Amino acid sequence: MIAVDIEKKLKAHNGLQMLRIKKVFVPGSITRITGPSGAGKTTLLKMIAGLITPDSGSIKANSISWFEAAQNIDLSPQQRRVGFVFQDYALFPNMTVKQHLEYATNDAEWITRLLKTGGLDNFTGHKPNHLSGGQQQRLAILRALAIKPKLILMDEPFSALDLKMKSALIKDLQIIFTELGATTLIVSHNPQELDGVTGDELEIG
Amino acid sequence: MDLQPIWLTLKLAAVTTLILLLVALPLAWWLSKKRSLAKIIIEAIITMPLVLPPSVLGFYLLLAFSPQRGLGHWLQQTFNVQFVFSFPGLVLASVIYSMPFMISPVKSAFQQLPASLSQASYTLGKTRWQTLWHVLLPNIKPSLLTAAVLTFAHTLGEFGVVLMIGGNIPGVTRVASIAVYDAVEQMNYTAANNYSLVLFAITFVMVLSVFIYNKYQAKSPLE
Repeated sequence: MIAVDIEKKLKAHNGLQMLRIKKVFVPGSITRITGPSGAGKTTLLKMIAGLITPDSGSIKANSISWFEAAQNIDLSPQQRRVGFVFQDYALFPNMTVKQHLEYATNDAEWITRLLKTGGLDNFTGHKPNHLSGGQQQRLAILRALAIKPKLILMDEPFSALDLKMKSALIKDLQIIFTELGATTLIVSHNPQELDGVTGDELEIG
Repeated sequence: MDLQPIWLTLKLAAVTTLILLLVALPLAWWLSKKRSLAKIIIEAIITMPLVLPPSVLGFYLLLAFSPQRGLGHWLQQTFNVQFVFSFPGLVLASVIYSMPFMISPVKSAFQQLPASLSQASYTLGKTRWQTLWHVLLPNIKPSLLTAAVLTFAHTLGEFGVVLMIGGNIPGVTRVASIAVYDAVEQMNYTAANNYSLVLFAITFVMVLSVFIYNKYQAKSPLE
């Protein structure tokens, strides 16, 4: 269970705005996060991952405090080990597809399976600049899954995929999420994109 | 032509570049992160050799490391190290004098990398050093090369600062730029021309190589 109760001041075009999130994410659930641009969706994901520090409040994962402002607890992203898919993919330009996954894990079998799931098994030697937008996005998803995380945070993870690829990938990902027993939070602008996939929704802003 | 000043110059430039690569990489990385007053002051100090007359820097180094006083005296007594009128002194002066040429391109290259690259590495459980080594450094290679070549080339051309702290001791501190000056003083224009041509050729080939390499990397050579 991931329990989030945090506050963060955000810079907005009309001054500062307060982002307040209080939500419990059930283990194994998939939650869709929606909201207008600049509302703080990415900031929320980064605060949960430990990449941005909230101003106050707490984040707990299965009764372990990841962040507790009052007690000065703030676990690093390395300690939280969250699978994170960045909106800009954040792929490493110096690494091939396979090296991305090898950087994350030593489990060769798992790497092979992920490559097949993402349809990248024929592109293992390609660097990101030789991949299409859709392939880059799939690689970003696979890299996040490579560490077998218990919590997966995805920031617009399917925006560059065509409809056919998207539905096939989502189906395969659901199987992996279940196997990992992972709780998943997905930021998505497209209302139809995750129909039938997510059980819960969090609207910000 | 006596080639000793040329070899000494190349040795000085190589040692300086190597030391600066080791010192400047972590420093440039640290400086590229969030700004603070301390960082601004340190960066200003590092940049000073760009605007300060080399003779001023050389003069203060000469005072600081003179075996007759303070730090220089202590170094001589404790470690039997003398920086004034010695090759180690030239290296020290060159490292300080060329530091902005190494720090500046590397720092700006680090700053141009998206923050999400480091963040992605951290979420995979990698430490800061693993991230620096496996993700950040490989992706700023063109800038690293530019910085190393600029540092090397700049060290080849040093004059004022090395003359002040090293003097003109053949085989020890008499680098090519000083040999040129010395030859002109003695009206030996042929020797001055020979040294000058060698320096010109080496630096031109180096800078040209970097421009060509960076052209294929689609980056500005002076980035």
